[in-house]
Amino acid sequence: MIVLPFIATLLLLTALVGLIRILRGPTTADRMLAAQLIGTSGVAILLVMGVASGNRALFDVALVFAILAAIALTTFLATARLERQS
Amino acid sequence: MTDPWIVFDVTLAVGLLAVAWLSLASRDAFRMIVLFMMFGLLASLGWVRLNAPDVALAEAAVGAGITGALLLRTLSALRHEPKEPSTALPTAFIAGVLSLMITTALVVAFILAPDLATGYDRDVGARMDQSGVTNPVTAVLLNFRSYDTLLEIVVLAAALTIVLMLGSKPIALRPLGPLFVPFAKVIVPVSIIIAGYLLWLGASRPGGAFQAAAVLGAGGIVLILGRHYDPQERHGGMIRLICAIGLGGFVLAAIGAQILTGDMLRYPQGQEKIWIIIIEATLTVSVAATLAALFVGATRREGRP
Amino acid sequence: MSWAELLGVGLMGLGAVFFVAGTVGILRFPDVFSRLHAVTKADNLGLGLVAAGTGIMTADGFVAAKLALVWLLIAVSGAIGGHLIARHALRDKT
Repeated sequence: MIVLPFIATLLLLTALVGLIRILRGPTTADRMLAAQLIGTSGVAILLVMGVASGNRALFDVALVFAILAAIALTTFLATARLERQS
Repeated sequence: MTDPWIVFDVTLAVGLLAVAWLSLASRDAFRMIVLFMMFGLLASLGWVRLNAPDVALAEAAVGAGITGALLLRTLSALRHEPKEPSTALPTAFIAGVLSLMITTALVVAFILAPDLATGYDRDVGARMDQSGVTNPVTAVLLNFRSYDTLLEIVVLAAALTIVLMLGSKPIALRPLGPLFVPFAKVIVPVSIIIAGYLLWLGASRPGGAFQAAAVLGAGGIVLILGRHYDPQERHGGMIRLICAIGLGGFVLAAIGAQILTGDMLRYPQGQEKIWIIIIEATLTVSVAATLAALFVGATRREGRP
Repeated sequence: MSWAELLGVGLMGLGAVFFVAGTVGILRFPDVFSRLHAVTKADNLGLGLVAAGTGIMTADGFVAAKLALVWLLIAVSGAIGGHLIARHALRDKT
């Protein structure tokens, strides 16, 4: 399927562009949000790669990504500092 | 025709370098950790592209997930300490020299390496029927070269011992509110199921004890963060026992195998699979407990070492 | 190319569009609350569409169940995460 690599590349590009929000902030919440979006993009990229390669193991990697995204989010929220960051 | 994935690969490679640099150059610790986790995510995608889903799983679970959680926890403990004046220059210089040496060594190794296009594939493939499992990676990790895995467990146990000896500040957790309960009710059971699934997969396809342990340990961390489980002083002995059981069990297996076959960590013929399954299951629980214990750390009390 | 493949790729492409929209939102929206809005939409719908496309193209019950679990995990953490991040951001303000 010729289109799949381009969909994956598009998703990767959105993830990389989303990094700008992590760099800029300004608040911790902004960085968490951007990280959440990039994590979901990673899952989507894995699904596309899984279809393209026919390797079913990639769906397991996607599953691990998804559960760890949830746990990373929890850790962010439970430990992040209270004061506003500039 | 060129492979259409080349665009993706080049973008990923450039992205990896950029994120690595941005993470290292960050002045803000929180930003640095988030970028480090993003680096782990991209590196994991890179391993998938290199056709190594086993490494991708390990990188996602341990590299991005658990390490990120440990770093965030460390940051929450550091926050209360006064900022020290920066003595960055000599440290940066030494780090630079060391990195340069490692890079040079890697380049030299790469240039001098014989053309090993086949790697160990053929040797492993030829002996797969003796291993007791059908996934070559698990066969290497838990049979052919299981002493490597044993030493990794030793490293982990040593790390935990040091953390317990040094003691650490209690985690300053923020209350997560009532909506966190339904969240934990989904995440924790699912993490247990996924850990079991990964462990079961390990015998035939990418998966295995370490990845399963990372997911299980992460589920435990959610319990602790949501204050569904509050680690008590009196639970310490029990937790230490569970942490020690992985290493202890593995060493016992090594001694047992030595007695039965006269060769360290060579499992009795025909029973390889059952040995590997028991060792892997024990390791999963024990490593998960170790990771969660590393996260919690030990509060140093008066009158206790 | 069969109809199922066409549909699958179409859904994936549509999902990718939601990711683009989410990223534009997170970069261009003026404050953290409107950005929150952008991200949760992209997360749920975008990944939902990509997962649906994947499911159609693999046509396998076990994979479909796994995809549903992946989507559920992301949706739950998106919903709860959105709520908690908003709380966090509100506290930061005061």
